[in-house]
Order: sequence, then structure tokens, then C-alpha cells
Amino acid sequence: MSLLDVQDLTVEFPTRRGVLRALDGVSFSIEAGEVLGVVGESGAGKSLTGAAIIGLLEPPGRVAGGRILLDGARIDDLPADRMRAIRGKQIGAIFQDPLTTLNPLYSIGRQLVETIQTHLRLSDRDARARAVKWLEDVGIPAARERIDAYPHEFSGGMRQRVVIALALCAEPRLVIADEPTTALDVSIQAQIIALLKNLAREHGTSVMLVTHDMGVIAETADRVAVMYAGRIAEIGPVREVVKHPAHPYSEGLMGSIPSLTHRVERLRQIDGAMPRLTAIPQGCAFNPRCEKVFDRCRVERPDLMEAGRSRAACWLYAAENAHV
Amino acid sequence: MSETSAVVLEATGVTRLFDVSRPWLQRVLVGEKRRHLRAVDDVSFAIPRGTTLALVGESGCGKSTVARLAVGLYGPSSGDIRFEGQALSAARSQAALRRRMNMIFQDPYASLNPRWRVRDIVAEPIRAFRLLSSAAEIDARVGELLTQVGLAAADGEKYPHEFSGGQRQRISIARALSSEPDFLVCDEPTSALDVSVQAQILNLMKELQQRLGLTYLFISHNLAVVRHMADRLGVMYLGRIVEMGPGEEVFRNPRHPYTRMLLEAIPDLDMVGVARTPVGGEVPSPINPPPGCPFHPRCKLANDRCRVEKPAHVRVGEVEVACHAVQEGRAEA
Repeated sequence: MSLLDVQDLTVEFPTRRGVLRALDGVSFSIEAGEVLGVVGESGAGKSLTGAAIIGLLEPPGRVAGGRILLDGARIDDLPADRMRAIRGKQIGAIFQDPLTTLNPLYSIGRQLVETIQTHLRLSDRDARARAVKWLEDVGIPAARERIDAYPHEFSGGMRQRVVIALALCAEPRLVIADEPTTALDVSIQAQIIALLKNLAREHGTSVMLVTHDMGVIAETADRVAVMYAGRIAEIGPVREVVKHPAHPYSEGLMGSIPSLTHRVERLRQIDGAMPRLTAIPQGCAFNPRCEKVFDRCRVERPDLMEAGRSRAACWLYAAENAHV
Repeated sequence: MSETSAVVLEATGVTRLFDVSRPWLQRVLVGEKRRHLRAVDDVSFAIPRGTTLALVGESGCGKSTVARLAVGLYGPSSGDIRFEGQALSAARSQAALRRRMNMIFQDPYASLNPRWRVRDIVAEPIRAFRLLSSAAEIDARVGELLTQVGLAAADGEKYPHEFSGGQRQRISIARALSSEPDFLVCDEPTSALDVSVQAQILNLMKELQQRLGLTYLFISHNLAVVRHMADRLGVMYLGRIVEMGPGEEVFRNPRHPYTRMLLEAIPDLDMVGVARTPVGGEVPSPINPPPGCPFHPRCKLANDRCRVEKPAHVRVGEVEVACHAVQEGRAEA
């Protein structure tokens, strides 16, 4: 059984001009100890997927269909107080901006101890010792002296380490990291990614890593899901999706990233832009921008189907499967 | 119109300080001196016509300050900037020269006036410099500019909020081109955009450069983007250019330890499943930079000389490097 199982998740936003479907039938699972990368352009629904899982959808957004199972038990329909107990203890969260995640009025030690004691029955002294150990684990030098410092006394990279310690200190089984390195400089970014990867491996924590940076995914994730207009376009092992993308959208996305190792005169570009939620085209949402579009794509919406070693929501693979 | 020279913009020993002192009374009470932040420190470069010089570095390295210095939004504290052979401040005071330089900004949401129609945004430089007089001519020119950047002439009637981020950046480019400049300063023009849109804008900028013979000063923190755009590349660290040379040469054969570190730190698609050991440490504060070479606290090759003496720029092949280790041949390992 997978640690996290998302089945046919649909998230809607009722507005004055009708209901907007921001996530439409998203299904995936994360195994214990696995890092799943989620990529896509802004507005594709990647952050929303994370928010729905930890039960932090901003109203009026709501889960309109599907199920979310953690360890086989449903968590999408829990009352707020039960969900609060799961959040932090079972599922940790790391967000993009470490300054807004930390409370500027409390020392980082107090914030860590509070989180630890909320979820684990430990005395003040033990909780503090554990907080120091976590700060050491995330690579904060002189943790014992700095535990009583306030967030503003740390640099951006150090703050993000504190946030990671905060997310991991109750030893959750799943961490949702939403753009954890986007606000950081490249040299710091590399440190944070290595840290996240090692901690996940040591503690057997599963990670759902949401980012728009394919490079980060390529280095960190075991599997990757590519999202487009509220649906998963392709999901598969990271090597497959990066090197041999099956869905035309993933192919365009990989080609549009400038490379460090070789220079091309012209980048491959996908013309047009992702449709707005109010104007999702009929059939496959990508069909107006797709080079390989054919009649079926304009009428019928494809679900994920086998495409080599990945699964892609693309009719190109329907015929292929029929032969087998 | 003045004659054109081979070098469009030349900076020699440019330094820019910012006063970050506390208010006068507080300073007097605690007996503190004025404090200065050295945002740009002794920077020199020249950009030949029709080429792109890219500056890359982490936040706080002074690259945006250089961008602002290059179009005269800031004046240098010392040193000399020349546009087509004339002092920049003199060039800025002549409309005929001023219209030939323009800037594209990072955030396409903040750099377009939300209350103006796109045609007025694009026409503003034309009107300001009185390049065309009749309304019909201006309309025709705006339509032409919008088509040139891949929008429709009819889009001029709309307001900025009706466009996506990538389209807005196209509008910024159309506006920048409307004064018929030959030198554009682009400060992180694609950092706010998604990768697929970024590819569209980068392709457009390259096409325009070839078609119109534009010269770019291109500022970015993204090395892959820089590699795609740069003819020449300067790597900045704490206000100084630590390595500068032909783009391909710097990427293929990085010499300065900081350039090497940056290139190693970047996650790349070709690195699937490769484990790496990131370099520790962070960029020190430019208010209180370390003595000697500013990179020495993070540098594996640092020795006593690096901690005391600021390295000068040394020519190695086609590349200029400011590093004692490279100069002494300690860097080859």
C-alpha cells in the first residue's frame, strides 16, 4: 500500500460567474521514502494539489470530488481539529518564503519546542534537546548558541533550514515542499536540496516536491508528475520523463529549458499560453498548442494511459496500446 | 545623428557607493562614522555593437546596480561610463542620444501603467522624443511594433491586465523598441516568467537583435539563460567582476573558483541521479566585505595572500580573472 494515495481529486472554486474547476481528476500515489516531483507552469495546479492534501485550501476553494488516503485512511473529509493533529505530525509542510513561515516575534527555539511538544509528549528539557539536535541536523552552525535567536538574525538560507527543521521535527511520514528553494540563490539552493534529499533518505520520509524548476526535480526526485491546466499530463520515473518525455507538453517543456552543457541557436518553444480556467478547451486541454494534434484530441479528454515506462494523458498512446 | 562607433558602451573603473549611515543625531551620539555600501567596485567592461554582454551573479552582487548605471539611472561614484564615445551624463542630456538606449525590467506586472492602453504605453517614447507627429503615423508605428514582438496590432486597444506575463513582457519590449534604440539594458527580463514563456521571450530577443542589430547588456542570475544569450560573460561577486570573457570559453573552461562553484551548484537536466557535494557558506554582507579577495572565506584555494591582498584582473588567454590562485597557477587541480 502506498503512503499517500490521491484518487481522482477535483478541486473547485465557486465564483459569481460559475464554478471554476482548478483540479480535475488528479490521481497519483507516493510510496514510503519516495520523492515525487510535481512540475508545471504557474496556474497548472501544483501548489493547489499540495494545499488540498494538507487540508489548507483557501476558501471558497473546496474538494469537490475524489479521495485522499494517507496510509489507507481517508484524510480529505476529516473535521478541522482531527486534520490539525495530522498536519505537522503525519504531514509536514515547507513553503517558498521562509520569512513568512516563521513567526518573527518568537525565537526559533521556542517555535521548534512548541511544535515538538504539540505532537510528541516530551518534557521541556527533552524537547529543547531535540530542537538543538534538529538544528544541527539541518546544518546550522553553533546550534546550541543560536537556538534562542530570532528569525531576522538568520540569513535566507539559514532561515529555510530552520523551516525544514520545523517541518521535520515531529518526524512526519510525508513532507510537502512547495517551491522550497525558489527564493534562494543557486549556491544556497544546492545546499538545501542536498539537505532535503539526505534527511528524507535517513528518516525514510516521503517528499512531495513542488517546483517549476526542472533542474531541481531532475536531481532530487525519484518520479515526476507534469501538470497542465489542472490535470496530470504525464507521470513516470524522473529519467524517463526528462530524457524521453512521452506527452507533447512535457517534450516542449523540456526543450524550452536552456541547457548549461550545450548551446542551441534557438530554444524550442511552445507557442501560446496555458488556457485560463474559464476557457479550458474541449477534449485535451493542450490540443490548441500541440504539434501532434488530431481529431480525437479536440473532442475527447484523455486519461492517463501507458506510454513506454511512463503514463501520459495523450491519445497518441491509445493506438499504441490497442496493438498490444 | 552622431556617427556610430564600434563600442557602444564602455565602463572604466566604475564604483558606486550607497550611503547606509544611520541618521546624523544617532551617529553623533554613539560616535559612529558614515558607512558606505560598495555596491559596485571597480568594474570595467566594453560592449561592442550588435553583441550581448551578460552579467551573472547571486543576489546582492551588484548586477542590477550596473544595469542602472549603464542607462544613467544612477551616476557612478567614481570611474567613467561612455556611450558611443561620449560621457554618459553628457549623452543623457541630449535627446538624440538618450533615445538610443532603453531598458527592459524584470517584473512585467509592475513596469506597465495599469491605467493606460497598450497603444499609449508603446507610443509614449515616440511622443516624448517627438519621433513622429501625426496621430495616424504613431498608430501605424505602434501597430508595427506590436506585430514585431508577436502581438496583434489590435491589441493596442487593450489594457495591460488583459495580458499574461509573457505577453506583458512583449509589450515592455515593444515599448523599449519604440524609440528606435540600439542599446538595450535587460535586467532579469525572464525571471518572472515560466520556462516555456521564457523560451518564447529569449527567442524573440535574439531574433530582434539579429534583425535590428541591437546591443544588449543582459543581467540575470540564471546561468543557463545567460549561456544561451551571452557573447561575452562577466561573473560578479560582491560588486566586482571576478571573471570575464567570451561566454563559451567561460562555460567550457571556468577559471575563477567562484565561477566553478556556481557552475557546479546549478541543478541541471543532465544531472539526473547524480549526487554532488554543494559548497558551503553564503555571500557576505557588502556593507562589511571581507578584506583581500571577497571570495576567500568560501574558497578552497584561499591562502594568506588571498586574505590580505585584493586580486587584480589578470589576462589568461581570452579571459580576465581576478584570482591569486589562478595567477600563481594554484588553481589547476
